[in-house]
Amino acid sequence: MSARSEPGLRAPQSRTEAAQLEPILTVEDLSVRISGLHILQGVSFTVAPTGVTVLLGRNGVGKTTTLRAIVGLTPPAGEVRGTIRMGAQSLLARPTHRLVRGGLGYVPEDRCVFAGLTVAENLRLAERRGTTPAYDKVFALFPELDRRGRQRAGSLSGGQQQMLAIGRVLLNDNRLLLVDEPTKGLAPKVVTEVAEVLERVAESVPVLLVEQNLAVVRRLARDAVVLSAGRVAWTGNAQDLLLETALTKSLLGVGAEVRA
Amino acid sequence: MTVIDAPPAQVPDELTPQRGRWHRVRPFLPLVALVVMAILPYSTISLPGIFEGPVNSPGTLQLLAICLIFGGLAAGYDLLFGRTGMLSFGHALYFAAGVYGTDILVTRAGLPLWQAALLTITGGTILAALLGAVALRTVGIAFAMVTLAFAQVGAILVARDFGGLTGGEEGLPLDVSGLPAGLVGVTNTVNLYWLALAYLTLVVFVVHRVSGSPTGRVLAGLRDDERRIGVLGLDPYRYKLVAFTLAGGLASAGGVVYVLIVGGASPHITSSELTLSLLVMVVLGGPGTRWGPVLGGVLYMYLDHRLTAFGTSDAVDNLPAVLSHPLSQPLFVLGTVFILAVYFFPGGMTSLAPRLTALTRSLRPSPRR
Amino acid sequence: MSTVILLTLTGLGLAALYFLVASGLSLVFGLADVLNFAHGLFLGVGAYGTWWAAGNLPGAGPDGFGFVFAVAFGVAAGTLVAILVELVLIRPLYSRTIEQVLVTVGLSLAGVALLQATWGADARPFPRPDWTRQVTGILGAQVPNGGLLLIVAAVLVLGAILAFLRWTRYGLVIRAGVENREMVTALGIDVRKAFTLVFAIGGAAAALAGALGGVYFGTVSPGQGGSLLIFAFIVVVIGGMGSVVGSAYAAVVVGLVQQFVNYYGTSGLGDICVVGLLAVVLLLRPQGIAGKVATA
Repeated sequence: MSARSEPGLRAPQSRTEAAQLEPILTVEDLSVRISGLHILQGVSFTVAPTGVTVLLGRNGVGKTTTLRAIVGLTPPAGEVRGTIRMGAQSLLARPTHRLVRGGLGYVPEDRCVFAGLTVAENLRLAERRGTTPAYDKVFALFPELDRRGRQRAGSLSGGQQQMLAIGRVLLNDNRLLLVDEPTKGLAPKVVTEVAEVLERVAESVPVLLVEQNLAVVRRLARDAVVLSAGRVAWTGNAQDLLLETALTKSLLGVGAEVRA
Repeated sequence: MTVIDAPPAQVPDELTPQRGRWHRVRPFLPLVALVVMAILPYSTISLPGIFEGPVNSPGTLQLLAICLIFGGLAAGYDLLFGRTGMLSFGHALYFAAGVYGTDILVTRAGLPLWQAALLTITGGTILAALLGAVALRTVGIAFAMVTLAFAQVGAILVARDFGGLTGGEEGLPLDVSGLPAGLVGVTNTVNLYWLALAYLTLVVFVVHRVSGSPTGRVLAGLRDDERRIGVLGLDPYRYKLVAFTLAGGLASAGGVVYVLIVGGASPHITSSELTLSLLVMVVLGGPGTRWGPVLGGVLYMYLDHRLTAFGTSDAVDNLPAVLSHPLSQPLFVLGTVFILAVYFFPGGMTSLAPRLTALTRSLRPSPRR
Repeated sequence: MSTVILLTLTGLGLAALYFLVASGLSLVFGLADVLNFAHGLFLGVGAYGTWWAAGNLPGAGPDGFGFVFAVAFGVAAGTLVAILVELVLIRPLYSRTIEQVLVTVGLSLAGVALLQATWGADARPFPRPDWTRQVTGILGAQVPNGGLLLIVAAVLVLGAILAFLRWTRYGLVIRAGVENREMVTALGIDVRKAFTLVFAIGGAAAALAGALGGVYFGTVSPGQGGSLLIFAFIVVVIGGMGSVVGSAYAAVVVGLVQQFVNYYGTSGLGDICVVGLLAVVLLLRPQGIAGKVATA
């Protein structure tokens, strides 16, 4: 199964076309040090205002650290340097809840739904004063969440929890979504479902995605940023990257190739 | 020179700027301080305001001895808090075990002092090993709570006077009839002072040796990031237990000397407040530094005793009641200073010295002292 | 039989006192990771506030509505102190757990010393309505009314806290925050407002414990909070940090064990049994009866 065999609407645009637009997110010279360890060392990249940009790299190169730095969740022992801008606005040193209210949606690794709360309560938590939560949109994407409103989130399946984690972010309007490994640990059928949902989401809002599953990357991503040892090792068109087996192998490791 | 004048000797090596002669003399300063402290009882200088009588009066020597003991206790506690990152709220238990153990064995069982001391220190160390083995099954805040609860059992045992051994709320005066003559009586306070000085020296030596050893480096690693030590294939539990047991043994040894100086045991030394004050001493002095905890302990006990006198002095009495009442409470002053310390100089007093040096240097154009 | 009933009810009275202190501690720890040694201070402020109001505040007194007013004043004072402590001292240090503990330690030392400086170290007789000095016959046991008052108050507080957590927006935020604080902020919620709130709730409950404990014991002294605090800590750990219901269960267990063992065994043995219970619970289930894991 390859994106090449099914062109059509979601065929990736060219990098140059996207680059003409003002990027929604600009990361410049981002360095993160956590308890003495340099996790990121001068990472720079941009995220286009449409479509999916994927952040790739082997385990432990700092993909999650990058997303968390963007959303202001670097642990207290950590130190962040560089610039991060969404549009013209600087994001560094602003508290997470302000960033999120300013339109930065974050779907963390491992879903992080509140296991002890019901599905409805998990969603209610994301409601904000002064805005109408888009329940109709979320329930149209995930009818399951509507049906299971009174169930405890901890008793949902992994796929359902992922739907909930994405759903509660979509209740509000976002200018950019950060999604960290949404298909991790899910069954193949569920992976496809999640990918479908993300594809539909990406039609209306740009997404910065961390993803290990190259089939999902191939289906969703237009741009790719590859990290290696805390630095940017490659940027460009995601589909180009996937075509070059040798490059993929050297940047992402053998394990990635097997999964692809 | 008095204890209060000692700080210049206590700046950690790595923090002082290196410069000529000063630098060559520095390593010997602790030794000089030790010698000065040892010959202090021969001086008859009076320091009005700092001590009530001449330096070699029994009252002053007893106060100094207590300060030295707590300097040692704080240094031992720092082995847990500052050097290993263990927040124990039950350290008073092992100190109290030393105090009450010696007292009971001498007064109730009539053992000679050296036997009582030996048994007590062994017992205190074993107690620390046993309770540590249980408490260290937990980490972080839960560990703090478990140690707090264990120490509370000690406090209850002492206060309720099971078997009529501890004297309950009244405390247990030490029966001095069987003690060596040199440790009894007001005129011999100087010997107790030297004993306390020896205890402090021993603790500083042990803590210094341990933290310089490979074990000490593992302990420091545990403080910084426990997982990394686990990754190296070392068992954090075992190292922490070693530190906990050693600190407990040192504390009970301190208790043995303390009971001789004070001449008895009273239940307030079992209270959690004592552990809290140890924590205050270490943080005020500078956790994880060689001299910080010692300084913190000495200064804390000195202030604790002297602030009471200060609080009843005319200067304070003449203030309006709103100010004079709180100022007459040593714990109010110390607690407040402590809170301010946590905010404004987290490294403790030892972190102030280099900052002051930097300040004076920036004010003076000449690089010479 | 009447002895058993008396012990049960006095044990529950003690449990009520523990619960009032522990519920706030548990919420504060569960949500904000603050091990609050200054919690005993809130209790002391509540007790002394009530004592002072009953003697000095116009309209307040030791009896009838005046007493209710005095208690309300004490609770308000405790709540206010708790809020100030959170805003001024704890907030600047969030995510620096050890420093926060140190600050609360310093505060507990300084605060108790301040109470002592202002009102003396000795216990003072507590103003209380006459009916609280009397006993009520329940199934042949003569139970002190002060203890019954505590039980009723604790049940009401438990109900109120649970309703608050269950039905309000802030309750939802607190429940979610106890599970995963970071994720609450990642949903765009300023979780620090909830921190202030749990301090206020905890301060109010502890101050109420101070006032009603004064009624129960008949006296008030600066050190009262400290000794209760240690057992409240034990209740929090056994019950599971962050769990109000767990605290309630644990308080009942601890109160009853203490009362029964102290009566049938030697005095003081019950206290030791409670610590033993703590050790057993921690070794078997580090996360307590309910709630999140009690580590770091």
